[in-house]
Amino acid sequence: MAVLTIRDLHVSVEGKEILKGVNLEVKGGEIHAIMGPNGTGKSTLSSAIMGHPKYEVTKGSITLDGQDVLEMEVDERARAGLFLAMQYPSEISGVTNADFLRTAINARLGEGNEISLMKFIRKLDEKMSFLEMNPDMAHRYLNEGFSGGEKKRNEILQLLMLEPKIAILDEIDSGLDIDALKIVSKGVNEMRSSDFGCLIITHYQRLLNYITPDYVHVMMQGRIVKSGGPELAQRLEAEGYDWIKKELGIEDETVEQEV
Amino acid sequence: MAIETKLPFDQQYVRTFSEGRGEPSWLLDLRLQALAKAEELPLPKPDKTKIDKWNFTQFANHVVQSAPLSSLEELPEAVKALIDLNEEAKNLYVQRDHTPAYLSLSEDLKQKGVIFTDIFTAVREHGELVQKYFMKDGVQVDEHRLTALHAALLNGGVFVYVPKNVEVQTPLQAVYIQEKEDTALFNHIIVVAEDNSKVAYVENYISLAEEANAVVNIVAEVFANTNARVFFAAVDHLAKGITAYVNRRGIAGRDGRIEWALGLMNDGDTVSENITRLIGDGSYGDTKTVVVGRGKQTQNFTTSVIHYGKHTEGYILKHGVVKDSATSIFNGIGKIEHGASKSNAEQESRVLMLNEKARGDANPILLIDEDDVTAGHAASVGRVDPTQLYYLMSRGIPKAEAERLIIHGFLAPVVNEIPLESVKKQLIEIIERKVK
Ligand SMILES: Nc1ncnc2c1ncn2[C@@H]1O[C@H](COP(=O)(O)OP(=O)(O)OP(=O)(O)O)[C@@H](O)[C@H]1O
Ligand SMILES: [Mg+2]
Repeated sequence: MAVLTIRDLHVSVEGKEILKGVNLEVKGGEIHAIMGPNGTGKSTLSSAIMGHPKYEVTKGSITLDGQDVLEMEVDERARAGLFLAMQYPSEISGVTNADFLRTAINARLGEGNEISLMKFIRKLDEKMSFLEMNPDMAHRYLNEGFSGGEKKRNEILQLLMLEPKIAILDEIDSGLDIDALKIVSKGVNEMRSSDFGCLIITHYQRLLNYITPDYVHVMMQGRIVKSGGPELAQRLEAEGYDWIKKELGIEDETVEQEV
Repeated sequence: MAIETKLPFDQQYVRTFSEGRGEPSWLLDLRLQALAKAEELPLPKPDKTKIDKWNFTQFANHVVQSAPLSSLEELPEAVKALIDLNEEAKNLYVQRDHTPAYLSLSEDLKQKGVIFTDIFTAVREHGELVQKYFMKDGVQVDEHRLTALHAALLNGGVFVYVPKNVEVQTPLQAVYIQEKEDTALFNHIIVVAEDNSKVAYVENYISLAEEANAVVNIVAEVFANTNARVFFAAVDHLAKGITAYVNRRGIAGRDGRIEWALGLMNDGDTVSENITRLIGDGSYGDTKTVVVGRGKQTQNFTTSVIHYGKHTEGYILKHGVVKDSATSIFNGIGKIEHGASKSNAEQESRVLMLNEKARGDANPILLIDEDDVTAGHAASVGRVDPTQLYYLMSRGIPKAEAERLIIHGFLAPVVNEIPLESVKKQLIEIIERKVK
């Protein structure tokens, strides 16, 4: 069973400290949700886990099944079993979705163990129809000209094709209409098993109606300031963040606040 | 100045050469006049590249004799790979240095009056037609020293003629092999598509040696007459040590369309010019070029679409990769002449630099002499986007492989246009080797 462990994580961007001591453990079989106002460090956490070159870890540790993730290159982290559905996926002209996916799958399988073309096509067809995607999307250039919702769906397609141990979904629900939201949720629920752990970053309770989390965390000032069960998300939806700020004596919830 | 500018061939040589081939007097006269002009005219002046020290005139062999092929099986593997050997009905011309070595044209096309033959046979058998188009309205003899020299020393090429209303379905393919490392090539291509006709022509320049010491001077003239459609694809892959001047020009008549897909992969210093003149109302020009510069080579690519007719559309796309300490200059010129109202000129030039020492320069220019038009351009010079790299790597793809994908994607606009699978594959392989 996979375990992603984050201890006292401090992260800076261009010399500015954004994360100020994050502690979190995500195990296989668990779904965690992270909520929190804008600019509180949620995407920074996901980028730091994946190894975005702009984000510098200044203190703390990230391990996956005891392996030091911070020692790994971005691609090694992915091959170790991490996946990040990005808030803003890149567009790559001239590279088809299908070629990209096959390259990514083969990178995991390693030389000599490549997936056969037939098997790949079968799997791709199956996952695309599961996500109700137009088959043409396989031959379009990666995310190029995709609508916001299509990009999100394409991130979930990658999730289903690559089958990571731990996935982080950064605002996978933003910009989705209600039908797309259901489909994307269906995709994530399809992955649910004791071998799969998931960290969902979202602003909206409605996603959590479809994917019920085991734990809900609230992020402010670059830290997790409160954790609870699914009922926490419901209360946030109903009442907003003010009560937490009051409870914890927080005035400015953004990372600007020096502590 | 150290550089030798005196021409190595004189009037007597040109006369003997021409008469030896039984050329008609109009061509001999044209050659002799051209040679005289070549002595006095200056070199062309490609913007931002100084070529006055380049050797375009000194070379060992003007002509070598090779044997024709009795079968395509005799070709070296590198050349065989360009040809679909299984295809029965191929329309194929192979030239070994200066010798027309193989030609096939489907019976059906012959019946319809399509001409596809080497330039010397065309001069003999279709003299009037060739004369009508040869260096008249396309490229002129007296533009500069290199066009004059080209006419004087012409020693290879093909003539393509598609009569009115004929649509050629299978592309015509020409393969020009540079076999001997020190042989100069003055290759001339004419493609004429008469009214309402349609043709695709695909050419390959390939050197057998890794390194050569030669001069190549190519002129291609493409004519799409009223409502005709020409698709012209080329993969140039001349070896290091070859100084190349390549001039490809298109003239589109009323509602004519000319589309270019050019994979310019030479390893030597190259000046490449591609101009499309949209003469007729409603004509259309689309030129896509991809380029890889490596080693120490210097290349200059000028692409231009000139609008004369009303309602004309011109599109320029150029993507270049530059590595090592190579220099590549990209000049893109969209020009709308007075009177070409309702026309549209668009261009995009992008350069990816893979090393610190590589030099790339994109110069988009719009020259507009008419009010009622639309035009636009985009240009960029940069490195592989780190955000794109991160995205691909976050899916488990190693950095080198991710870079490779991005670069191939960047050069895909031309690769995807090539209508022959074998040639497309070859272009992908060349790119693979060059960017590694
Ligand atoms: N690459 C960067 N360069 C400069 N500042 C950055 C960068 N990335 C994040 N920041 C800053 O760090 C802070 C936290 O940003 P982050 O994207 O992590 O917030 P978030 O919680 O994901 O917000 P949202 O809910 O709006 O997505 C913000 O003030 C942001 O401007
Ligand atoms: Mg965010």
